[in-house]
Amino acid sequence: MSFSSEQESRHLARRHRKAKIFALICAAITWSCVLLLGVLLYQVSVDGFKWLDWQFISSFPSRFPERAGIKSALVGTIWLISLVAVFSIPVGVSTALYLEEFAGKGKLAKIIEVNIANLAGVPSIVYGILGLAIFVRYFALERSLISGALTMSLLILPVIIIASREAIKTVPLSIRNAAYSLGATKWQTTWSHVLPASFPGIMTGVILALSRAIGETAPLIMIGALTFVAFLPEGPMDSFTAMPIQIYNWVSRPQQDFHELAAAGIIVLLAVLLIMNATAIYIRNKTERRLK
Amino acid sequence: MSQVPGPSLAEQKLQMHKKSALELRNVNIFYADNKAVNDVSFNIRRNKITAIIGPSGCGKSTLLRSLNRMNDFVEGARVEGELIFGEENLYSNDVDAVEVRRRIGMVFQKPNPFPKSIYNNIAWGPLINGYKESTDELVERSLKQAALWEEVKDRLHESALNLSGGQQQRLCIARALAMEPEVLLMDEPCSALDPISTSYIEDLLFELKSRYTIVIVTHNMQQAARVSDYTAFMEMGDLIEFNVTKKIFTRPAMKRTEEYVTGRFG
Repeated sequence: MSFSSEQESRHLARRHRKAKIFALICAAITWSCVLLLGVLLYQVSVDGFKWLDWQFISSFPSRFPERAGIKSALVGTIWLISLVAVFSIPVGVSTALYLEEFAGKGKLAKIIEVNIANLAGVPSIVYGILGLAIFVRYFALERSLISGALTMSLLILPVIIIASREAIKTVPLSIRNAAYSLGATKWQTTWSHVLPASFPGIMTGVILALSRAIGETAPLIMIGALTFVAFLPEGPMDSFTAMPIQIYNWVSRPQQDFHELAAAGIIVLLAVLLIMNATAIYIRNKTERRLK
Repeated sequence: MSQVPGPSLAEQKLQMHKKSALELRNVNIFYADNKAVNDVSFNIRRNKITAIIGPSGCGKSTLLRSLNRMNDFVEGARVEGELIFGEENLYSNDVDAVEVRRRIGMVFQKPNPFPKSIYNNIAWGPLINGYKESTDELVERSLKQAALWEEVKDRLHESALNLSGGQQQRLCIARALAMEPEVLLMDEPCSALDPISTSYIEDLLFELKSRYTIVIVTHNMQQAARVSDYTAFMEMGDLIEFNVTKKIFTRPAMKRTEEYVTGRFG
């Protein structure tokens, strides 16, 4: 006697087969993406690694490939990303907190919500034009690091706000109730419980947003970051260049050597990105453990 | 006649009055247009345990949450009538809901410790309310009152989430007690717990009675019969009967009450 009838077992086999096919399709898509990325990285490494040495990292750009380096762009990017973090994280997180915890759920909140979602999809060049008009011209901040950082902050704010709101939404109501039942005000509840509990999620959003900012070129070109900088910025009001711009500049030159320099630049950019993300993930995991 | 030392007439009246920790007078509670509690009046006696029983959806939890204004957070919830606490109506305009919740504590259906250490779970409430003395002593005292001290005294700085469900609920009780509330509200505090943890908490209620006024919502009639001094039976938002627990369970005045406590419906 069999466990199930023949018809039933045939039907079951078909269902299992369907599941397997679907899993295979998903795996194929995933691995082709990874493969593509691998090819890209390989190509860049082959071209760039021979140029990658201390000389490359510690030199200013030059007309001669063997003397050219990425120093000013690297320092510029670090300045830029630090300033972007300083501007965008407090503003983004406060906005998310306000919208989730304090603002009503009325029509106005709905309109703001839709607009923020739309802003996340606006092309970066548009933010560049906005930055040029407002920060560079109207506020007369010139083509400075601060103009660049403010423009970049505008660009990534929607991402930070949306991710932070999602993180705040996942904080269970029971935690808030517990705090309120002890005579906590809304602010005390938010600061001591909602914010710490949503911190890991907020950090994930910040990582994604800053990773986007570090690679953006268009808005920086628009607000007029320089392409050939033989000095280091000393303050937020100085003019600057950033790694994507330096890479763009090298790629657009006719000589093969400069193309290879661009590849080396990409490797440095990726390294900075990885270090930044690793630090953020380390902080996130550490706070996550503390919360558990 | 010369003035005799002792309480004045007004003070005596006040003392009489204070036999009740909370007085409900014609309380109606609405969710948007739905009436969840209909014209309920009874007194909650000081240093006694009052149980509110009734079938699911009868409005007992809603009524309980109105006693420390936790309903304020429910959108569309509205309370009418008077809830007299001390001298004041909890819902009058010059009463601050935050202050109400400080003085009337609450324990919830599912244990909800903060994702923090055991110590900080207890110390946080008093600290944000301006407690200035040493919290060490307070934490120890509260945990002892909740009969949890012996189990956790060596791991006060470990996460509260590592505790068992029953321990977590006692921690939540300790957390509420640390505020030294005048009234402690409990919303089915044992419904998520096993029988042994439940009996721990029931024993605890007896001990807490001497110091606190307790209102407990439960769908477990045996529990209401075991622990409470007074019982309110509600059905469909109405208060059907309120009396000494013994009466409710042996000689109820209303037929519906009898049917419910003998398990014929609910």
